[in-house]
Amino acid sequence: MLDEFFIRALIAGIGVAIVTGPLGCFVIWRRLAYFGDTLSHSALLGVTLAFSLSINISLSVFFVSGIVALLLLFLQKRTKLPGDALLGLLAHSSIAVGLVVIGFLTFIRFDIMGLLFGDILSVTLTDIYTIWGGGLLILVILYLIWKSLFAATVNYDLAAAEGMKPDRSNIIFTLLLAGVIAISIKMIGILLITGLLLIPPAFARNLSNNAQQMVVFSIIGGIISVVFGLFASLEFNTASGPTIIVVALILFILSMFAPNRDIKLKK
Amino acid sequence: MTKNPDLLVKLNNAGANISSKWLVRGVSFELFKGQILTLIGPNGSGKTTTAKMVLNILNADEGSIEIHTNKLAYVPQKLNIDWTLPLRVADFMNITSKISNTRILECLKLTGVNSLMYSDIKNLSGGEFQRVLLARAIAKKPELLVLDEPVQGVDFNGEIALYNLIKDISDQLNCGILLISHDIHFVMSSTDHVICLNGHICCSGTPSTVTKNPAYIELFGEHSASTLSLYKHHHDHSHGSDGSIEK
Repeated sequence: MLDEFFIRALIAGIGVAIVTGPLGCFVIWRRLAYFGDTLSHSALLGVTLAFSLSINISLSVFFVSGIVALLLLFLQKRTKLPGDALLGLLAHSSIAVGLVVIGFLTFIRFDIMGLLFGDILSVTLTDIYTIWGGGLLILVILYLIWKSLFAATVNYDLAAAEGMKPDRSNIIFTLLLAGVIAISIKMIGILLITGLLLIPPAFARNLSNNAQQMVVFSIIGGIISVVFGLFASLEFNTASGPTIIVVALILFILSMFAPNRDIKLKK
Repeated sequence: MTKNPDLLVKLNNAGANISSKWLVRGVSFELFKGQILTLIGPNGSGKTTTAKMVLNILNADEGSIEIHTNKLAYVPQKLNIDWTLPLRVADFMNITSKISNTRILECLKLTGVNSLMYSDIKNLSGGEFQRVLLARAIAKKPELLVLDEPVQGVDFNGEIALYNLIKDISDQLNCGILLISHDIHFVMSSTDHVICLNGHICCSGTPSTVTKNPAYIELFGEHSASTLSLYKHHHDHSHGSDGSIEK
């Protein structure tokens, strides 16, 4: 009935959604949407490096995104440019460098569309192991730093004063973000990963009145988006990444009509 | 020389600077258990900076700071919570430690906001939020409590009640309190030691000696020297936060 490649894609996609849910909540709470974008743009460079050195894509993406993330933390302390300008600087220079490097790799046939928008056909068994293994590791680490990271998200000074070591958890969180981009890049594609990080938590925000609830709802929202998105992309023969994001968007729109929860958008 | 076991904080000539401008320098003081030490001074005089050095949020760029406890609680001067984060009062009480619901309720009752336990933080008024902040700090049963203008935005009667509460807490928990306050009345009537800051320590001592100090009078004006006797206030009843009359 269902092709084998499709079942692989489903398993991989659900794994991705389980990890992007909780991390995406923190991305929203900490206003890091553009930070996620920058990291995923830098993933292009990671992918090209992987091809040219023939190493594992996820590993190389994690490596490059991780460096870009740490570079950003460093630049924020060292330069007088505002955060958004630095993000733009890093995002566009890394994507430019990535594209230039691709230009040199004439000896490799390159599916650039698949890279940008995700490709369900390409999900292999190794990818599933990477996603579930890496995802589990990310979730375990997130669980361990949850208290400290959450306190730092509410208020840095309070967390620092009361011994929660916010700087350490900030850096770890940044690397986790690079990790989640690394494992999900094949499914969703470079351009749309931030969408999966942001939209399910945005949907969840409309339905929840505490943090744990929001995390659970965004995981559920992510899974629904992946499952329906993949079936739709099979049915209509569309790219997997965009289709998943469209389903997530529809969920978000529906959630705006949810019966009155405590808080709505501030006017 | 043996260390006094009640010593919580010791600053020795501490100072902090940002881009080669000194925010405050030459601050020395000791704070002991059961003591309330107050920092007063005009805006920009380095009160919050001093508190942040004590809390290790800011590093001292000169001098030394010793902290002899790890049970700290902090009520910051400003705390903005992003509205994208759904956070109820009960969850907020727990953010840096695990506190039982009974203890949470008990402390919220102390500051008169027990009815708000499951409200979203964003729906609180400024004064209510300030009461929650204070309750959270008390609930941790700290040895060192740092309060940076803890009653800002609280209504007049509430202000008196909260200041009395702070006084009680220092006795009950036998904790040291570092208080930043603009309320000269309370400072002069209830605190043990006053430090008057203006980029450096202008004068310090017990309230009665500080008010006679010429540096204090110059900074705060002639009239504030006479505030010691001013603070007498009596009610035969008190009000709950919702306006109901309590005995």
